[in-house]
Amino acid sequence: MRSWRTALAAAGIAAFSFTSASAQDKEITLCWAAWDPANALVELSKDFTTETGIKMKFEFVPWTNFADRFLNELNSGGKLCDLLIGDSQWIGGGATYGHYVKLNDFFEQEGISMDDFLPATVRAYSTWPKGEPNYYALPAMGDALGWVYRKDWFENPDIQAAFKEKTGRDLAPPATWTELKEVAEFFQGREIDGKKVYGVSIFTERGSEGITMGATAALYSWGFKYENTPGKYDMDSAVNSPESVEALEFYKSLYECCVPPGYSDAYMVANLDAYKSGQVAMMMNWFAFWPGLAKDENVGGDKTGFFVNPKQNVEASTLGGQGISVVSYSEKKDLALQYIKWFAKPEVQKKWWSLGGYSCHNSVLNDPDFASTAPFAADFLKAMSGVQDFWQEPIYAELLQAMQKRVHDYVVADKGTAQEALDQLIADWTISFEDDGKL
Amino acid sequence: MTTGAIDNLADKAAKSTPFGMVRRMRGLSDRAIAWLFIAPTVFLLLAINIFPLIWTVYLSFTNFRANQPGREVRWIGTRNYERIFGSEDIWGYLQATAHFVVWTMVIQVIIGFGLALLINRNFRGASFWTTVILIPMMLSPAVVGVFWTYIYQPQTGIFSYIIDFFANTGALDMIGSVGLAPWSIIIVDTWMWTPYIMILCLAGLRSIPDYLYEAAEIDRANALQKFWYITLPRVLPFLMLAVLFRGIENFKMFDMVVELTSGGPGSTTELASINLKREAFEKWRTGFSSAFAVILFVTVFGLGNIYVKALNRVKS
Amino acid sequence: MSGASTAYSVVEATPRGKLIAGVVVVAYALVALIPLVWIFSTSFKSPPDSISYPPKVVFEPTLEGYVNLFTTRSRQTDEYIESLGPPETWYDELVRERNMVITGPSRFADRYWNSIVIGFGSTFLAVFLGTLTAYAFSRFKVPLKDDLLFFILSTRMMPPVAVAIPIFLMYRELGLSDTAAGMILLYTAVNLSLSVWLLKGFVDEIPREYEEAAVVDGYTRLQAFIKVVLPQMRAGIAATAIFCLIFAWNEYAFALLLTSGNAQTAPPFIPLIIGEGGLDWPAVAAGTTLFLLPVVIFTVMLRNQLLRGITFGAVRR
Repeated sequence: MRSWRTALAAAGIAAFSFTSASAQDKEITLCWAAWDPANALVELSKDFTTETGIKMKFEFVPWTNFADRFLNELNSGGKLCDLLIGDSQWIGGGATYGHYVKLNDFFEQEGISMDDFLPATVRAYSTWPKGEPNYYALPAMGDALGWVYRKDWFENPDIQAAFKEKTGRDLAPPATWTELKEVAEFFQGREIDGKKVYGVSIFTERGSEGITMGATAALYSWGFKYENTPGKYDMDSAVNSPESVEALEFYKSLYECCVPPGYSDAYMVANLDAYKSGQVAMMMNWFAFWPGLAKDENVGGDKTGFFVNPKQNVEASTLGGQGISVVSYSEKKDLALQYIKWFAKPEVQKKWWSLGGYSCHNSVLNDPDFASTAPFAADFLKAMSGVQDFWQEPIYAELLQAMQKRVHDYVVADKGTAQEALDQLIADWTISFEDDGKL
Repeated sequence: MTTGAIDNLADKAAKSTPFGMVRRMRGLSDRAIAWLFIAPTVFLLLAINIFPLIWTVYLSFTNFRANQPGREVRWIGTRNYERIFGSEDIWGYLQATAHFVVWTMVIQVIIGFGLALLINRNFRGASFWTTVILIPMMLSPAVVGVFWTYIYQPQTGIFSYIIDFFANTGALDMIGSVGLAPWSIIIVDTWMWTPYIMILCLAGLRSIPDYLYEAAEIDRANALQKFWYITLPRVLPFLMLAVLFRGIENFKMFDMVVELTSGGPGSTTELASINLKREAFEKWRTGFSSAFAVILFVTVFGLGNIYVKALNRVKS
Repeated sequence: MSGASTAYSVVEATPRGKLIAGVVVVAYALVALIPLVWIFSTSFKSPPDSISYPPKVVFEPTLEGYVNLFTTRSRQTDEYIESLGPPETWYDELVRERNMVITGPSRFADRYWNSIVIGFGSTFLAVFLGTLTAYAFSRFKVPLKDDLLFFILSTRMMPPVAVAIPIFLMYRELGLSDTAAGMILLYTAVNLSLSVWLLKGFVDEIPREYEEAAVVDGYTRLQAFIKVVLPQMRAGIAATAIFCLIFAWNEYAFALLLTSGNAQTAPPFIPLIIGEGGLDWPAVAAGTTLFLLPVVIFTVMLRNQLLRGITFGAVRR
């Protein structure tokens, strides 16, 4: 009697799971930001569909709404995304609040080794707590903040002569922030090809993360640290050190001297617009855009050169980039895991790089020919060797919003001093960490 | 909204309801119909308006965070409220909100009343042009905010171009400069909502019986006197109602401004609702933001009631 | 009380006074129209024309903005595009001139459809429930009527963002997040306060004697309501429906915070219309135009009901 019942139940479950599996129609949704690399991923994923028969749907949201939309989605337990390429700072929350599936067992079972990926990216995109072997994502897209300049202008003899006359040195891609500002000041308001041009495009966006990413590019180069002792949250005299104050003041002076008019709320897209339409001599942006820029109809090819984030006291770059995670609310985790397994293959990673995505796989990056595959490939390796990221705490969004406000208030709205801005920032962050029980 | 007006209405309705009991009818009793008709509405309002309101009040005394499901929810008394009242930043947002509400109201009342007076002269085609003027207030504020960012572009936008053309100001960075940004949102709101004030003033103007003016004519009142003693007092209740509704709406303003300036530069145009959204849906400090929401609600409610008292005095 | 039906003042303005009034009002109207005309014309510009300085008033119209609005595209090399063979449609051709290939439809049509479903769904419900409630409030003694009416109205004083906090939590529990049903319920609830108030005013205006007579003729109360009162309320229902529909159509805060991939409506989507690596103003303008145009046409066509609704609604309260 008992076994009979069990058999019936088993049959029922089998029937149920069978119907639900066929009803799923083998389709998964991948969520990411709407930008160049996402288009490359669509292209890449066609191979996955051919190989496995699993169809791919994509949900891409522009960067300015990216965090808002998908964090909201995760927090509401939404089932929209099966796979999510979430920002590096989300990993703490994703792990702590159970949004992401822990991948250790899966990696072990499928023979995927994190040693095959660039250590900096594994640490930043996959692990929580930082650096410990608990993996919640596979490094998907390496990225860092970098710079481009108008090579054709920099190589123009007339402009070179004018620069030499003004500054007494040769015009070249800047190696330090001081040089960068000098070059930017030189170009600001200059007439080139009958058009007035401006010095530099930097990040100043208020709503999401823009101005923080831009300002930290300067801060890190001045030697900025979040804590005196890692893991202790002792921020006083680190966050507001004299170097930090100087860096922030410098970023403000760059904003005041050398950006195009109306540049108070600019992030990736606005910067690209300004650069591609020939308005600025230099632009700060993410490496992710370089493949697209290199083949741009207006400024592509020989017209554009690349350089890593200039140093001031130290060499450092702001980290971008993302890992790919399986969302724990998904009803198709198995299919999503199949995608990750496929994506981790070296040959797929190779194609990913060739299509314009930044692979983090050692087999791609350690290839002796890698540096020659693209004009910015060597810079990418250099940048990735010195990346620093924002807080990755579960409450990172709160920490980020505080920094957005303090920095934007100071840099763009001209409120208070850099010292005050950083002091207030420490106060904001202290409250947040206290609320979170970390302090 | 207007307690007094509601009481009056309810009184009137109550006094004139003898008819329901006139006879026993076939079919459903009046009582059953009444409940049948009212219950779904009341249920929906309880579920989606009242219950959430009570929940918000409860949450405002806790440390709850909507993005941390496993965390213990603790009763923390009035700490959220203390923090809000102790925060300079919050006062900044409230000041920005007050600046926005006061100036939009002042400007819109002047232009709206003026237009209503002109339209009331009843020139040919007045009705058509009234409709044209109405269009902006029917549009989606968020979408309006989006396309005004384009119009406000300092280099390529038509707003800066036109102003520069007539006033020679050079490129105007309406959204990006600290001095101009608060006015940029006021201009757009004025563009959108002046018609509303205008329409209500027009209704007021048209409710004035002609004989009042005829009598004033006989008394040899001049135009200014007629305006001061007849037009203004008669239109004032309408105007004040319009200001009440618009004032409340603008106090809550979110969509248009968030798309236009997203609170920037710095926190120059960060209105209360915009900050509330950041606290609640970006920082996920649910308890704290609930307290802020309660404070905003009480403020609107309190100011609204004071205003309604004034309005009733004007009416009587 | 309602403005539109009141007779005009016989104290006529002088012809000169009328002329001045006419000139000023028309001038205001024309200035107020500039932004709308500008957006409309931008939707027919090419992307370079849309950011030229000085702003171009005369330009060669193109449908590029609309094509970009409805498609997603990717940039490709010349060789790749040549390898595709000749373009099959006019929009393929248009896109290829910019070294792009259409990779699929965009989400705009979905979002627009969501706006329609949620807008009409919630309007129907709000007007339906509102009519019943308004009738009951107008005709019957309802306990706690004053409190109820006041509560109904006071719910509109909450900032939408504040309401969204508990609704977000509630919908998360109920699985209503990001569903059309959830949005319809929410918009219905928000609109109900307006609809009950407007409609109660209209019902109050209908003399009770009509129903009395119908009841004497052997109708039940319910029949009297359906056959006698409802037809009389037609104009009021229409005016109310317009307001509910416009609210739901235009609403942004709830849609932004409570919807995502499935039930998102057009207002939170339009700001996101971005071309590859650049703000595509013609596409944004095209989306804006398509979204606003129905409302503009509506406004012009139904102006009398609208005026009645606006003044009536406000003055009643």
